Amino acid sequence: MSANPTHLAHHFADVRQQHDTATLGMWVFLVTEAMVFGGLFLAYTVYRVLYAAEFAAASAHLNVVFGGVNTIVLLSSSLTMALAVYWAQTGQQGRVPAALILTALLGTAFLVIKGFEYHGDYEDNLMPGLAFDEHAWGPHPERVKLFLVIYYIMTGVHAVHLIIGIGLISILALMARRGRFTRGYYYPVEVGGLYWHFVDVIWVFLLPLLYLAGVRN
Amino acid sequence: MAEHRSRLQIYGIVFVALIGLTAVTLLLGGVELGAWHTIVGLAIASTKATLIVLFFMHLLHSPRVTWLVAGTTLLFLAILLLMTLTDYLSRGEG
Repeated sequence: MSANPTHLAHHFADVRQQHDTATLGMWVFLVTEAMVFGGLFLAYTVYRVLYAAEFAAASAHLNVVFGGVNTIVLLSSSLTMALAVYWAQTGQQGRVPAALILTALLGTAFLVIKGFEYHGDYEDNLMPGLAFDEHAWGPHPERVKLFLVIYYIMTGVHAVHLIIGIGLISILALMARRGRFTRGYYYPVEVGGLYWHFVDVIWVFLLPLLYLAGVRN
Repeated sequence: MAEHRSRLQIYGIVFVALIGLTAVTLLLGGVELGAWHTIVGLAIASTKATLIVLFFMHLLHSPRVTWLVAGTTLLFLAILLLMTLTDYLSRGEG
């Protein structure tokens, strides 16, 4: 293994090209993921335009404290992820596992908080089909239900991506602990980081669209 | 004379900016902005996303081909959202 610590595959001219190819491949995948979420954002946008009043009213009932705290949690996890990549790149391999584990823990914290939030939504009669008051929303409760369903689907699909991310980061942490990465070979950490930051970017847009669609007094 | 900031300093600055922009977003949620509400919210979110993409995802120092690929996202999302809206916004009252 020490003969090729950079794991340079024969079809690449140099380590730099191998690294750039790996990250480009993840970027291509992230573009497709953006289009997946784009479809959901499209559904939200269309009905937000058509049913602005009901969307604003329903949005004001979501728990913005949970939403705000979770935003801080995910932004922090992006920082720890960036640090993990930085330390892997600069040869400080000893710090990489801790940074990756912290990233995964913060992501898990997000999911736990989300669970409490969903439970609160249930208690507040904001779950169409399970707990919802048809008569509490004026003449168009179906528009409110539409907002809520979109909210659950968008945050749910985001959560699934987060779970996958936590799994990936955990595997990277294990690999890092076993000394698999070097200054020349660390692109798996970088590629995992790109995916993780993408999930964070999605949430950055979900926060104002879902929680702040209308003014909160 | 440009001051050279270490990568760690830049991460720290970006992180503080992201937290600050989040605070602004949440505070503006209680302010009556009327039609500007959505635009301001999206502008702040876009700024945060740009910071994450450029600095945490290293796009700023990535090869141009990576910029090109990342840029296609904006193009196709714009087509998806705007062209679909032309349908819904041009429908009659029925």
